[in-house]
Amino acid sequence: MEFFKGDKIYNFMGKRLPFLGFSTILVVTSIVLLLTKGVNFGIDFAGGTLVQVKYEKAAPIDKIRDILNKTKEYKNSSITKFGSDDEIIIRVTTSTNSVSSDLSDEIRNVLKGTGNFEIRRVDIVGPKVGGELREKGLMAFVLSLIVIMIYVSFRFEWRFALASILALVHDVTIALGAVSLFGIEVNLDILAAVLTLLGYSLNDTIIVFDRIREGVQTSKESDLSKVVNESVSRTLSRTTLTSLTTFFVVATLYFFGGEIINGFAFTLLVGIIVGTYSSIFIAASFLVQLKFSIEDFRTKEVEKIKKQKEKEKMRAMFEQGTV
Amino acid sequence: MKILNYRLIIFILSIIFGVAFSMPSFLQTNSGKKISLGLDLQGGLHLLLGVKTQEAVVSKIKSIAATVKYYTDDEEILIEDLSINPDSVTFTVLDPDEVKRVDDMLKKIKGLVISKSQDNNYELTLTPQEIALTKDQAVSQAVETIRNRLDQFGLAEPTVIRQGKTDIVVELPGIKTQADEQAARELISKPANLELMAVDEDRADQVYTMSGSEASQYGDIILEDAKDPAKKYLVKEIPILNGSQVTDAQVAFDKSNQAIINFTLNSIGAKVFGDFTAKSVGKRLAIVLDGKVYSAPNIRERIGGGSGQISGGFSVVEAGNVAIALRSGALPASVELLEKRSVGPSLGADSIKASMIALIAGFALVVVFMIVYYGMAGVIANVALVTNIFIIIAIMAMFGATLTLPGMAGIVLTVGMAVDANVIITERIKELLRNKVSITKAVEDGYSNAMRAILDANVTTLLVSVILYVYGTGPIKGFAITISIGILASMLTAILGTHGIYESLLPKMNREKNLRKWFGMK
Repeated sequence: MEFFKGDKIYNFMGKRLPFLGFSTILVVTSIVLLLTKGVNFGIDFAGGTLVQVKYEKAAPIDKIRDILNKTKEYKNSSITKFGSDDEIIIRVTTSTNSVSSDLSDEIRNVLKGTGNFEIRRVDIVGPKVGGELREKGLMAFVLSLIVIMIYVSFRFEWRFALASILALVHDVTIALGAVSLFGIEVNLDILAAVLTLLGYSLNDTIIVFDRIREGVQTSKESDLSKVVNESVSRTLSRTTLTSLTTFFVVATLYFFGGEIINGFAFTLLVGIIVGTYSSIFIAASFLVQLKFSIEDFRTKEVEKIKKQKEKEKMRAMFEQGTV
Repeated sequence: MKILNYRLIIFILSIIFGVAFSMPSFLQTNSGKKISLGLDLQGGLHLLLGVKTQEAVVSKIKSIAATVKYYTDDEEILIEDLSINPDSVTFTVLDPDEVKRVDDMLKKIKGLVISKSQDNNYELTLTPQEIALTKDQAVSQAVETIRNRLDQFGLAEPTVIRQGKTDIVVELPGIKTQADEQAARELISKPANLELMAVDEDRADQVYTMSGSEASQYGDIILEDAKDPAKKYLVKEIPILNGSQVTDAQVAFDKSNQAIINFTLNSIGAKVFGDFTAKSVGKRLAIVLDGKVYSAPNIRERIGGGSGQISGGFSVVEAGNVAIALRSGALPASVELLEKRSVGPSLGADSIKASMIALIAGFALVVVFMIVYYGMAGVIANVALVTNIFIIIAIMAMFGATLTLPGMAGIVLTVGMAVDANVIITERIKELLRNKVSITKAVEDGYSNAMRAILDANVTTLLVSVILYVYGTGPIKGFAITISIGILASMLTAILGTHGIYESLLPKMNREKNLRKWFGMK
């Protein structure tokens, strides 16, 4: 079975401006969403208390809301269904600081009379912890970008590094835009998803860039657009296949993984689609827009090889004792 | 070309390794190293505690005051106005001739800054280094104390780890019931600060009319009774002894079959206690636990031997917990709850079930797809994929790593990404075959051409997961670990392993020359 004809070269770079335009719209929309609607920080980052309660039958949400509204402590709590009809999540913004006070006991008492239920999970995150996590998350993201920048600059060239970072920012921004649009609760696992996305999207881009690097080094072609078109076309089959297999897996995770892993899987799902799109249509066009020069690269490569050879010569001479 | 080659041999060895070391985890046998399940999968209690380290500094100041008092009493040096301020101890030596002796004694105390005025007013403070050291020790001692208490409580594998400057992570996987959870939390948070204090007999009658600030003018404090808050005691602020001198504590029963706690003091404590009781016959001694008076018996005679008892209407369970807490030492400073996550066992089981379904379904989809698309090449890639999963489990089991829910997601994701290397390689081989290169050469060049891209791609992903590991907490760390192991394992299985298989199959492939069967080509 084959999806793409092996020898067909598609003219991606000829249509790069419309695609770049489309991406710009997506990115700008995402940024506007993030700035206006913002993201829904879960208790991991915002602090607070979360209680997951499973009822034997469908949870009487209205009744629970009434009862909680009557108490002082839980007046401002939010109650949402979690996955199925019989499971709910109660979120309270305050959190206690005392180790010995027991919130689940309190909730159990307050909810007495609403039916048979079991408290399945109680998470309390103090405000200090939340702030620390937010800081560390941002730190991890920025640090990842820097490390990638250094590595790619070292292995390829600085324009490749810049282009791959731009592609990454493109993918992550759009994924976060989707998270904001659908009001997905941002917790530690969403952070993990975004950071995985970073690795995944980079993975895709690097494979394409590797082909471009190879094309530049081996072919006589001096038109960058043509080299890019050939490289992207040659890797097309691989890009779509890998995305497809990963997509399969993440989709099953999304549909069967249960409510708890849902946000994680959703973020990755969006990320895979955007990442695949960007490594085919966008990443390489940054390279063209940044005016990567094949001639310069070749001269530099030649110089590199020359230096290497000179070094070897020196070493050989040194070993023979002539220096 | 030989059927057996070094790549294939290494691959077969890694299959044997993977299967052998992952079996205990799959079969849940009793012997052998297993992956331990994270709290989110098996249920349990996770606590992040912050130690209020400033309290330890205050209690250090207090103990310095107690030392000064004991020494001057013992040597019959007259001092006055001995008082404890938040960060200093002040007193005045009345007889100038005694200053030398006091100075000599103070010199023996480490980390002290002594400033003295002309009228022999002393002010003792701690050096910044000593304050930092006290805070640091407070946290390590708290870790030790909490660990001891939980060990004696009899929970399965409690974990108590220090995190950062002031925080402690406590994980209790064995917690199943609400009552267990409550008892464990009480045990952790109980300061268990035992103090023996002298009742100020001269002013004891005025305790109900006296204000706190008035009491402190006389160097006293007002404490409540443990059972009856209306009942109050006026005691000397500087304790005679504190819990750090307790070496043992046991539950016993008194004549009326009430639970009491017998405690034993170390030699210094025993001497101080003996001296004090000898001097204070007829007076009352308040036995204070965590700032509450449990009893205040009259001292009838000198109490030697260094043991005493706390009575005060404990239930047996309560007395047992207090005894554990006393035995394992006091918390040098109180702890506050920063984060608590408790997962019921049924939720954990549900999570395992859901992610297993996802893992198997995702895995099956990928396996079928690879065979349909690539033919035998797909089968070979699948062999590598299965081995990969075994190796991940085996390595995690070997290091005793914890499998968390995000970790499971990491494995699922690795399944998706691990075939990537084989897709890249197979695509390269097919490309070469299309250019009419011989099968042997196509396989060799396919591998070498693909290698650089795979390496660059994997190294970058690995770098990101290392950062994730360093900056992440709990579940995120688990995710980073599985992804990293997955990537490294896929280098072994998908690159080296499949290459070995191809090499041994090459003679057959060259004979058949059926590209459709072997590579799914038209």
